[in-house]
Order: sequence, then structure tokens, then C-alpha cells
Amino acid sequence: MVSEMESGHIEEMDIEVLPSMWPDDVGTDAGKQFNVEKPKGDQDMLEEVTIIDDATIVDFKRLLELTNYTETGSSQLAYLVKHWEYKQANAVRLLREELDILSKQREEVELKKLEILEEHRFEEERYGGDKRPISILDEVYDLWQDIPRRKNDVIVQNKRVEIDAEYDTVVYWKQRAMHLEKLLEASTQREQILTEKLQESIKDLERQSSPVEELSQILKRADNFLHFVLQNAPVVIGHQDKELRYRFIYNHFPSLHEDDIIGRTDVEIFTGSGVKESQDFKREVLEKGLPAKREITFETDLFGSKTFLIYVEPVFSKAGETIGINYMGMDVTDQVRKRERMAKLREEIAVQKAKETELNKTIHITEETMRAKQMLATMSHEIRSPLSGVVSMAEILSTTKVDQEQRQLLDCMLSSGDLVLQLINDILDLSKVESGVMKLEATKFRPRQVVKHVLQTAAASLQKILTLEGHVADDVPVEVIGDVLRIRQILTNLISNAIKFTHEGKVGINLYVVSDPSSVKGEGCHQNKVSVDGDNEEQPHSPETKVWIRCDVYDTGIGIPETALPTLFKKYMQVSADHARKYGGTGLGLAICKQLVELMGGHLTVSSQEHCGSTFTFVLPYKVSTASDNSDDPDELSDMADNNAATDEATERFFQFQPRTLGSLFSSNGSSRSNMGYTRSHKLNGFSDNSYSFPSNSVRSKETASVEEACSTVDDAETLCQPESSSSHSPDPANQDTVCRGNRCQDDTSSQFQNPIIDSTHHKETSREVAVAANTREPQGTCQRREKSDTSSQCVSSCSTEVPKSTLKPKILLVEDNKTIVMVTQSMMKLLGHRIDVVNNGVEAVCAVQHHNYDLILMDVCMPVMDGLQATRLIRSFEETGNWDAAVKAGIDQGVLSLDSLQNGLGSTPSAKRIPIIAMTANALAESADECLANGMDSFVSKPVTLQKLKECLAKYLP
Amino acid sequence: MEVGQMQRRLAEYTKSLFMEGILDAQFLQLQQLQDESNPDFVVEVVTLFFDDSEKLLNDIARALDQQCVDFKKIDAHVHQLKGSSSSVGAQRVKNACVAFRNFCEEQNAEGSLRCLQQVKQEYNLVKNKLETLFRLEQQIVAAGGSVPMIESSF
Repeated sequence: MVSEMESGHIEEMDIEVLPSMWPDDVGTDAGKQFNVEKPKGDQDMLEEVTIIDDATIVDFKRLLELTNYTETGSSQLAYLVKHWEYKQANAVRLLREELDILSKQREEVELKKLEILEEHRFEEERYGGDKRPISILDEVYDLWQDIPRRKNDVIVQNKRVEIDAEYDTVVYWKQRAMHLEKLLEASTQREQILTEKLQESIKDLERQSSPVEELSQILKRADNFLHFVLQNAPVVIGHQDKELRYRFIYNHFPSLHEDDIIGRTDVEIFTGSGVKESQDFKREVLEKGLPAKREITFETDLFGSKTFLIYVEPVFSKAGETIGINYMGMDVTDQVRKRERMAKLREEIAVQKAKETELNKTIHITEETMRAKQMLATMSHEIRSPLSGVVSMAEILSTTKVDQEQRQLLDCMLSSGDLVLQLINDILDLSKVESGVMKLEATKFRPRQVVKHVLQTAAASLQKILTLEGHVADDVPVEVIGDVLRIRQILTNLISNAIKFTHEGKVGINLYVVSDPSSVKGEGCHQNKVSVDGDNEEQPHSPETKVWIRCDVYDTGIGIPETALPTLFKKYMQVSADHARKYGGTGLGLAICKQLVELMGGHLTVSSQEHCGSTFTFVLPYKVSTASDNSDDPDELSDMADNNAATDEATERFFQFQPRTLGSLFSSNGSSRSNMGYTRSHKLNGFSDNSYSFPSNSVRSKETASVEEACSTVDDAETLCQPESSSSHSPDPANQDTVCRGNRCQDDTSSQFQNPIIDSTHHKETSREVAVAANTREPQGTCQRREKSDTSSQCVSSCSTEVPKSTLKPKILLVEDNKTIVMVTQSMMKLLGHRIDVVNNGVEAVCAVQHHNYDLILMDVCMPVMDGLQATRLIRSFEETGNWDAAVKAGIDQGVLSLDSLQNGLGSTPSAKRIPIIAMTANALAESADECLANGMDSFVSKPVTLQKLKECLAKYLP
Repeated sequence: MEVGQMQRRLAEYTKSLFMEGILDAQFLQLQQLQDESNPDFVVEVVTLFFDDSEKLLNDIARALDQQCVDFKKIDAHVHQLKGSSSSVGAQRVKNACVAFRNFCEEQNAEGSLRCLQQVKQEYNLVKNKLETLFRLEQQIVAAGGSVPMIESSF
């Protein structure tokens, strides 16, 4: 029973002792983090595990010191000792109990002996006398007194005879002694056995391992477990003392020897970034006395770049001072890297998303803009097509025999038609200016002419009794450089506005040079301006290349109320709804003007007095053309300079158009050098020649018309009805008839009447389109008519005779130097049902165009000998001029160009039409789409060419 | 080998060429152009491309070898090669040419030489691959099978 008690106790103790190995907070029963398995027999699983022992480097002395110093250590030790003491005490207690029992038994035995002896003595005494001696031990005696008495009582009844018989006999006493003897013997025997047992139990105790041994065994097992658990963990565990010198370190991947670490600080052991930080961190913990965690990235020679998650806790002495730190580090390099990568990815995704939304927004805006543009383009196209029909009719009409007055009417019709075309373009321009894609051109022009033409055109459509006048100061240069179309547009807009709102009096333009745009502002009302003549405002003309010219457009009209001034230049704003009803207009005119002026670097202002009139003033900078020779630039100036009044015109300074003085339209009744004759001779210039040599000159006359007249833009429908109003002056109703028919024909291309007429004016692109449309519907009929028209217009050229043949199957030319591309493109074309001619460079392309009539040219941009851009320019030049001079100038050998066609060229036969030229670009920077279009190409296809792209292209450019 | 098996191999092989970026969709364009009337179109074009490219590569190498390198000339050659390669769908050759042209623009002889090597390498790669492809096709035809049209689904 004793041994049982003991073993049970040990078991109990095991469980109690183990937790004491761990820090107090770890060993609580609930959810113990550490549980050590008890070995079962010889099946120790740890034996199968190899444990690397040398990973731990322990300063045992320090450990001992620690246990002495640290609270945990000492409490642990105290606990151990207490336990040992308890155990010992227990053992002692047991032994003592045992001894007690034994001594009790012995006492008993002795007592018995005494009793026996007493009895004997009593017997003897009885023998000797009846004296009853008083025992020293009264109580004992009493005790014993009772017993015999009782015995006596009992015996009296039962053993009376026996007693009687044996009492006092020797035998009886002998027997009694024997019995007692036996009892004593048994007792002694028991005593012996007990002693033996005690002996045994002591031996057993000795045999059993001492608690220290047991404890150390347990410790070792725990240690092994620790190793087992930690053997592959990327952790470093260490203890550092107050000076942060390592006292203990466990590192699974030791890169240093014990000597190198123990007794040293981090900084002494290794160097690199992060070391200092970790040292500082540890010190911080040491100072604050609070455990903390931190992630530190090391960059050391010892183990490269690694990130550790470090946990540092302070260690306190019994006195509560910090005496060191425990620290644990785990390598989290991969995790950190992953985390960083994730963060980066997330960031990128965020950026991507932001970009995407931005892009989507942009796309949306672009789409919107595109749609708006598309609508504008469609609209203007819809308007342009019938209009060009009208203009074409008028042009044809002007080639027929008409008298002077009719010619002037026609002239007006043509210019007005072009004006409307221009207006459509202007609407497009407005959107262009607003979207910032408006490009300004820089061309030479003559300000005086601009003023005159604007006034002329205005006078032509004038339905009121107004005087139109223009003053141009002497110091205004004869020629300046600027965007003449835009300037005319502005002027025309302002003039037509002025006329619209003026019912009597005059409308005029003052043009003069100002030195500084800010010094002269439109001040006061127009009356001042009128009184001040051109002479007064003259300022010395500075010889600078830049000159600022101010232009006042004044009227004696209804004026503008002051309240309306701020919104005057806003889009779609008119002074009042009443005005809008009364005067019409879109409300766009002034907005366009202002935007254009500002785009050109100037500014537009207005001053007005109600019921007196208004003055619109714009000041613009111009470059002065240095070479002001009139006739050196045939392209720009021939149409202006080739009349005999050139010198007059150059210095003309006053124009006036009186109401209805001339039966028809124009009057120029002003000062000295300007006269009606001049005006007329100029107007005749374009057209009177035409009637004699129309085929050769039609292009040019058209050019003339578009350049000169296009500028007289009017911003409302007034101009549109101008042909009608002017036709009322015309005695020839057939003219009007033609115009109307033309108009109608435009809507109905199958109309028989219209086709020949249009064909004879193929230089005009829009009419070409019409012709093309007609071709598709009834190709044969068209051919016939075409021939008819050819004869009627006396235009006999090799080109036009070829037309009928080529209309059946479109003739396509491929200009490409790369054989592979040629082969591929050829095959694609074949698949699409076309055979194509192939040439290898620009020069060959020019020759090919010369000899054959192509419906479409696919042109590579980068080619040897001559690139596609130049070739296109030469072909376009031929189409416009009807000769190959440009090609010859460009260095193409005349031998290559056939003499025959050269002759044709010299005969100034204009090309039948404008061949669509499609660039094939490799999408390189040098071959930008803009450049292609600027060089006269119609479109472009990016390389590599695919069937789809070709199909689309053919669908678009071939009927 | 069985015809079906060969056809599968061909399809896989072709697919791999696209996956590796050696060929692009332009090659499919070529294949679309091939029909009964023009049964060897692809081979013809590609052969032309090979001949042309070899000539150009030689020209470029020679031009780069000169004492005074005429980068304009080289650029023109590379442009040619780029055009040809893009029109047969030899994507990687084309891309190498794009890089090459940048160096021409910089007049960088060293970079150009490196690019020439790159272009040559890509050219040889595509040449080998295409020749293998054609051989496979021939084998299929010889075995009585038809060369399946490749869908541009990948």
C-alpha cells in the first residue's frame, strides 16, 4: 500500500512538475501549448528522429546565473526544491508512521509480557499471602482487574468445573505461559516482517531514480522535442544580456561559430543595413521594458538580403530591472517579397483601372466628337452635293454664249455658290477651331482686293438702298501673308451683318496699319470713324516683317443695345428673339469671327450706339511678304496679277458701290484711280477667256473663282437666294431654268439631261462623284453621252476616249517595290476579282499614269528612285494643269515620258478626272497619314495589306 | 504515319508557330489566297520571301562591313525586309526589323550589328519552321490527304 501510494504520487508529480519547465504563463492547464508525451515502454518516437544538437549554443554558466537571477529561474528552482522537500517529507512521514506502528506493537507486546509477569507475581503472592499489591500502573491494573473478573464471571458459569479442576494447577499456568510465549513469538515475527518491509521500502526508494535525475530526463526530452519542432523552422532564438551581447542563440542555419556569437553584439558580429536598426530596436525594448515586434530587412554580407520578423521581449531580474532580452526572429523574406509584389500588382491594377476609366472617358468623348463631326460632315455633304450641281450648271452656262449682263449674273451665281460651299466648310471650321485642330494657312494676298471683293459681293446681293464703301490707307502693304480665306470670311461676315441691320445710310470698311494692337482700340461710335478718313489714320509703315492691320467695319444701322454687348460673340446668341425673327441668321457668324480672329492672334471688338450704328473692329498681325513682285508666283498670284489693272489695284485706296447706279450690280464710282472699267475687266478676266478656250482653262477659271470669290462668305441664307434675286435682272430665263434643272438633276442622277453637262466639267470633284454614280447605274449610256459631251465641248483628248473602255472593269495600278508585297497584293486583288498593273517606283508610276487611265492607284510610300509622295504630287499636278511640266522639272527623263502625251500636255488637256490614290503605309512615323493626305493622296491602307482592308478600300473608291 | 495523325500534327505544329509568335494573322491571309487555281501560292510567296530576304540580309551585312557605313542604305534594306516579312506574317522578323531601324536612325553600328544577328536568327528560325511546315504538308498530300485550312481561332 505504501508503494502504491508512492507511485501514484509520482505520476501526479510528473504532471505537476512538467509545467514548471516552461514559463508560468505557458503551463496553464487549459490549452497547454506544450505537451510532452510520456515514453511508452521502449517506444520512444524521439529516438527515431535525428536531432541536431549543435545548433544550440548555450552559455551554461549564464543559464545558471540566469536561474539565480531571474525571477522565473529562481521560482522554478524554488519549486523544484520544494517538490523535493515535499517528497522527502512524505517519505519521512511514511517511515515515521511505520515506526509508530511498530513501536506500538512492541509496546503492546511488552505490556502483555508485563501482564504475564504480573499474573505470575500475583499467583506467587497469592501463594505467599492474600495481599494485594498496588501496582504502579494503577490504570493498567484496573484494566486487568476487570478482565479476570469478567472472565471469572463467564468462567463461573461455564468453566466452573474446569477452573475448579485446573485452577491453581501448574499445568494451567504452564499452558498459559506457553500460550503467551507463542503470542510473543508471533509478535516478534510480525515485527521482523515489518522491519523487512521497511528495509525493502527504503531499498525501493533508493532504487527508484532520484527526482533530479528524473527531472533532467524530462528536461532532456522537452529539449529534444524543442529541437524536433525547431529543427527546420527558419527561426533564430536568442537571449542577449543588458549590453545586448548574445548569451544564447539557436539558429538552424548557423553561419558562425559559437565563439563568434556568444558574448558579442549584433553590430560586432555582422555589418550591413538593418543591423543597426535591429540593435536599436532591441535597445528600445530594453529601455521601455515592453515586448515588441518589428520587421527588419537586412542586407548583409553574411546572409545577403533577408527580411526578419523579430520579436523582442525584455527579461527582468527579481528586483524588476531589465537584465536582458529574449529575441526571436523568423525569416519572412519570401512572404515580404510576395506581399510587396502583391502590393505592387494591386497598385498597378489600380493604375490600370484608373487609366482604363480615363481611356474610356476619352473614348467616349472622342466617340461623341466623332459622331458630332460625322453629323456635320454628312450634313455638309448633303448640302454640298446639290449645291455643286448648281454651281456646275452655272459654270456650264457661262461657257455658252451669253451677253455681258448675263455673264455678270452668272459670275455672281458662281461666287455665291462657292460662298455657300465655303459657309458649309466654315461650320466645320468652327468645330475645328473649337476642338483645336484648325490649321491656318499662310498665303500671300492683297488686302485691297480682299476689301474690294467683299464689298463687291455684298453689293451684288444688296437689296437695299445702301452705299458700300471701303477705305484702305496708303501704308497698308500691297501684299501681306496671312490666311486670306479666313480673313475674307471674317470681313464678309461682318459686312453682311452690317448690311442686315442697316436700312439706310452706308456700310463700310476702313483698313489701316497700327503700330501696336493695344494702342488703338475701337472707341466711340462709328460716326467718328466715318468722319475720320483714311488719311488721318495713317501711321508710318515700319519696315518690320510683321505688320498689324486694323480693320473697322462700320454701319449706320440700328445699333446694338448695351445690354446685348456681352453676349454678342457667343454662339447662337442674338440680341433678342425679335431680332432673330426679323433678321434671321444662325447666330454663329460673330462667334466664328471672334474665334478666327483670336486664332490668328488678333482681337475683335465692337462699339455701338443704338439707332446710330455699330463698328466692329479687328486687329490682326500679318507678315509682310518680302518679295512683293507681282508675277513671280504663278500659283498664288497669277489670277490676281494677270490683269492689266494690276498697278492700279495695288495702290487703290477707295471703293464705293452706290445703290443701283449700274443697271445690274456693280458700280465703282470712287476716287481717282478706281473705276468701273477696272472692275469689269477684272470680272471678265476669269470668264470671257473661257468662252474661247474653255477646255484648257476651265480648271483655272474654277480656281480663280474659288480663290477669289469663295471668300465673300455670307453667314446666312441670304446668299443662297442671291442667284434667284439676281436672275430677276437677267433677261434670259433659260439660265435660271438650267440652274433649277441642274439642281433637280443632282437629286436624280439618272436624269438624261444632266450627265453630259457634268461630264464636261470633270475637274470638279463633286461632279465627278455624280458622274461616277451615273456610271454605275447605266454605264453604257454614260459612255455615249460622255462622248457626245466631249465633242460638244470640243475637248478631244486621249484620256477621255479611253474612258469608255475602262469603265467596264476598273483599272488598278499598284506601285510597290517589294516583290513579296506585290505578290501578296496581286493575289488578293485576284481573289477580289481584279487584275492589276504593277510598277516598282514613283517614276514608273508617273509613266504608267501617263499611258493608261487608272481608276485607282495603290501607292507605296517608301520606294527607291522616287517615293510615293512625290509621285502623287506629280500626278496631281498633271491632273490640275494638264501638263507634265512638274514631272519634267522633278527630273523624270523626257524620253521616259512619251512624246505623244507630252504633246498632249503642252496642249493643256486637263486630265479626265482625279484618280483616287491610296497610300500603303507601314505605319512608320515617316509615313504619317497626314503627310499622305497633304501630298494629295485620298486615303491610306496600313501594311501588311489584308483582304479586308483591300475590300473596304475598293468598295470605297471604285464604283 | 497515318494521314489523320499527320494532319493533327500539322495543325498542332502550325498552332505552335502562332503561339510562339513566329507567325501572325497575315500568314492566314496568305493561306486564304491559296486555292485550286493557285495551289502552291503560300510556298511560292514564302520562297520569294526567302530569296528576297537572303539577298537583303547579305546586302545589309556587306553594307555594315564597310569602312564608312551607309545607314540610309541599310535602313532602306531593313525597310524592305520589314515589308516582306510583315506581308508573309513572319512576325518576329518584322519586330526585329523595327528595332533594327531604330539603330539605323541612331547610326549605331554596334546596335545594328547586333540587330542584324537578331534578324538573321529570327529569319533562320522562321525559315526552318516554315520549311518543316511545308514538308509536313507535302507528306500529307503525298499520303493522299488534304491540307486542312487553319482557322484563325487562335
